[in-house]
Amino acid sequence: MTIGIVSAAYIAAAVLFILSLGGLSGQESAKRAVWYGIVGMGLAVIATVFGPGVGNWFIILVMIAGGSVMGYYVAARVQMTEMPQLVAALHSFVGLAAVFIGYNAELELGTVLALKAAGGDLSTLAGFAEKLAHKDMVEIAILKVEVFLGVFIGAVTFTGSVIAFGKLAGKVDGKAKKLPGGHFLNAGAALGSIILLVMFFNGAGIWTLVLMTLLAFFIGYHLIMGIGGADMPVVVSMLNSYSGWAAAAIGFSLGNDLLIVTGALVGSSGAILSYIMCKAMNRSFVSVILGGFGGTTGPAMEIEGEQIAIDAEGVANALNDADSVIIVPGYGMAVAQAQQAVSELTRKLRAAGKTVRFAIHPVAGRLPGHMNVLLAEAKVPYDIVMEMDEINDDFPTTDVVIVIGSNDIVNPAAEEDPNSPIAGMPVLQVWKAKQVFVSKRGQGTGYSGIENPLFYKDNTRMFYGDAKKSVSELLPMIK
Amino acid sequence: MGLKIGSPREIYGGEARVAMTPDSAVQLQKLGYECLIETGAGKAAGFSNEAYRAAGVTVVEGAEALYSASDVIAKVRPPDTAEVNRLSAGKTLISFFYPAQNADLLEQSKSTGANVIAMDMVPRISRAQKMDALSSMANIAGYRAVIEAGNNFGRFFTGQVTAAGKVPPAKVLVIGAGVAGLAAIGTATSLGAITYAFDVRPEVAEQIESMGAQFVYLEFEAAQDGAATGGYAAPSSPEFREKQLSKFRELAPDIDIVITTALIPGRDAPKLWLADMVAAMKPGSVVIDLAAERGGNCDLTVADHKIVSENGVTVVGYTDFPSRMAAQASTLYATNIRHMMTDLTPAKDGAVVHNMEDDVIRGATVAFQGGITYPPPPPKIQAIAAAKPKEKIKELTPEEKRAKEIAAFKTQTRNQVGLLVLATALLLVVGAYAPESFMSHFIVFVLSCFIGFSVIWNVSHSLHTPLMAVTNAISGIVILGALLQVGSSNWLVVILAALSVLIATINIVGGFLVTRRMLAMFQKS
Repeated sequence: MTIGIVSAAYIAAAVLFILSLGGLSGQESAKRAVWYGIVGMGLAVIATVFGPGVGNWFIILVMIAGGSVMGYYVAARVQMTEMPQLVAALHSFVGLAAVFIGYNAELELGTVLALKAAGGDLSTLAGFAEKLAHKDMVEIAILKVEVFLGVFIGAVTFTGSVIAFGKLAGKVDGKAKKLPGGHFLNAGAALGSIILLVMFFNGAGIWTLVLMTLLAFFIGYHLIMGIGGADMPVVVSMLNSYSGWAAAAIGFSLGNDLLIVTGALVGSSGAILSYIMCKAMNRSFVSVILGGFGGTTGPAMEIEGEQIAIDAEGVANALNDADSVIIVPGYGMAVAQAQQAVSELTRKLRAAGKTVRFAIHPVAGRLPGHMNVLLAEAKVPYDIVMEMDEINDDFPTTDVVIVIGSNDIVNPAAEEDPNSPIAGMPVLQVWKAKQVFVSKRGQGTGYSGIENPLFYKDNTRMFYGDAKKSVSELLPMIK
Repeated sequence: MGLKIGSPREIYGGEARVAMTPDSAVQLQKLGYECLIETGAGKAAGFSNEAYRAAGVTVVEGAEALYSASDVIAKVRPPDTAEVNRLSAGKTLISFFYPAQNADLLEQSKSTGANVIAMDMVPRISRAQKMDALSSMANIAGYRAVIEAGNNFGRFFTGQVTAAGKVPPAKVLVIGAGVAGLAAIGTATSLGAITYAFDVRPEVAEQIESMGAQFVYLEFEAAQDGAATGGYAAPSSPEFREKQLSKFRELAPDIDIVITTALIPGRDAPKLWLADMVAAMKPGSVVIDLAAERGGNCDLTVADHKIVSENGVTVVGYTDFPSRMAAQASTLYATNIRHMMTDLTPAKDGAVVHNMEDDVIRGATVAFQGGITYPPPPPKIQAIAAAKPKEKIKELTPEEKRAKEIAAFKTQTRNQVGLLVLATALLLVVGAYAPESFMSHFIVFVLSCFIGFSVIWNVSHSLHTPLMAVTNAISGIVILGALLQVGSSNWLVVILAALSVLIATINIVGGFLVTRRMLAMFQKS
């Protein structure tokens, strides 16, 4: 294949990727969009493999075959509730690959420069090395900066994703934790990296690159350790963005436009997702990244009243009497794997002629859109699954609201108490419904550790117990 | 067997309710009590002596025998003098009592040494809702008021278009949205009437609208906060009253049925539907006054009677609405009593523990061991959390709106131009130093960022997880870099590149497969 055909394939692939992302605007077109992505990726890989300057086909074949089998195995086996972990884990792969490729670029550069200095025969070089040989001094200087940046972002993405994976999988404690020194450690590490960049730029050798990688590993680790579990949707989309920028930086150093285009697409998409998530929580992006909630200005409002418990029979009676029901799922539903039971409940209620809808808060769960995926898995039709803005005005005319394992996203303190840490965050106004049942494991507070006045309201009843068990208990009692 | 609970026949004229039903007797026996009933006590409510016997209740001949045999006497209406005289120390009376109005009766009860629990004094807190007899009776009264209105109203409630002509829907106005008012609203709307409701407490507007009625809004500053008085209404200022009456005057000619339920605790009912408003109504219209017992909300109301005004408006002033639905009322009241006994019998052993530390029991007890315990101290738990005054959102005039839009447009333009200028300056700096080969890549990069930004905004929220999975799979494009390097002559480079190919492939295959799995699950109903 000539370089021209390869370029043509790259252009096609870039267009397909753009169509693929654009196709996600609707559920039906999304099914087609994935195929665009797959075809685009196939084109790009085939064009590169059979393009000029690629050798060691046997290794490529073995590695691609091995990777495909592993990827297939992981994707086929994963539970939908484990989706956040999987996405985080996959991000770490991109980060690590970016680090390796950056190293390679530097190693090849070293070889080529040595050859040049020795006055060797440059025409024997092939592939990437050949390209390097044609670069002049300014271009090599820029290349060094690009390699450095690519490795840095890749390394941060790698450890950050590993920690995010650990937190989401419950292998690392989900609480926000910082080493003594806090942000100064991060700032120090970043400053160290800049100094190393200057040294690397002036030809200090590959050890500066390695040292910087270690510093970047630390930054990734420490940054994500400092962010609490409730902010995970932002973190995951942020890491997604990083992995894109890493790919773009690698694209610059390799002079490959398709890498640049794709990296920029992924990077900006992740950035926008993070922004959307932050807006949904009424938090500034910076404060999420720096970890922890902002300082509160006064004591929280006193909550009066008591939490009143109710048993399955009481909930079932209310459901049997109700005409309209809204279900508000949260992370607790995912943890208890209750989505199938919830779906069955929905089916029964709908069969009894009741209006059943789902209200999804933008940050419910641990991944943007997490709840939608879980409900889809349990075969809940997506046209009764509503977003917050679509359904918030309907609560006053709703008979029964069932809150399953969500807490902060239905906390009235966000609207009523200016001193609350979540004041101003848009929430689902479930308390305006005639009756609210909260399915919850115990009396504890939510992920953010804030008291929820909803549980004390007159029209709220607490339905204690594991979400799956509780909902399953209801099923036989629904007429 | 433990103590004995007895219910006498109500001696008040026309009273059909009874304080114990066969069902509640079964529950009381589970608490360890023995149940007695005066013969014929449940007859008017539809419960025969046989039904009681079948539930294990002893039927006693005559009130005298019942009072002397029972330790706890549960009845509906406040006792009269003769009944009070049958009480003695150690006995407990549970009934409506209205201690504020019946001071003499209270004094008399105290002197007998008996304990008296007034069902109308149960505090309004969440825990005590199950024994709130006022609410359960008010609920019935509200329902019955609409039924009574329908009975006296010569037309349909719901609008109909039939072959025999068009029927306009009835318009119902409910004044006072307490329990009775809300029940009336619910009943009237479910019969198909267009229902309006008014209350002096603006915070109940939401409850009114939730029942399907339209809240009659009154423009008035400094509306009162009902929460401070335990959810009951307080008297309103003369200015407010004037405003309110003029609103009613305006509505009167259009309204077919008026149901008034306005009561202020411890006072005569306020006059809200005046003679001139009745005169303004169409002939055949109906006024149901649920406050008749306390003087009535309507000028024309005659307690316990139905009258027809000169212009043909029926004004109903019955005071016994709950008693007119005796079976339902007795069932609910008996359940309230039963819940009260449950609280009085913590050990379920048929022994009354009159715990004066308990907020609910303390609040309801008006006479205890020879002393008057009315009025009770304020309960420890406040009934309703104090509502914060809502901030008013000012309606903007068209000019203000325009000015605002223009200002917003200006700041937006300024921001965008500012960003563009800044970005151009940055690009110029980069362009001044970077070689041409870099700039060509840089153009591609910047344009891709823009495409990414504009494409992603349209992705629907429910597809954010698939979006992350797809972008994740696509970011596996770094495989290209590794592929280009794997042909190197340096073995270290080959190893690192091979590893990169491997993990990037996992990422690509895994990412796409998982996305497909997810999207395949989304389905329409």
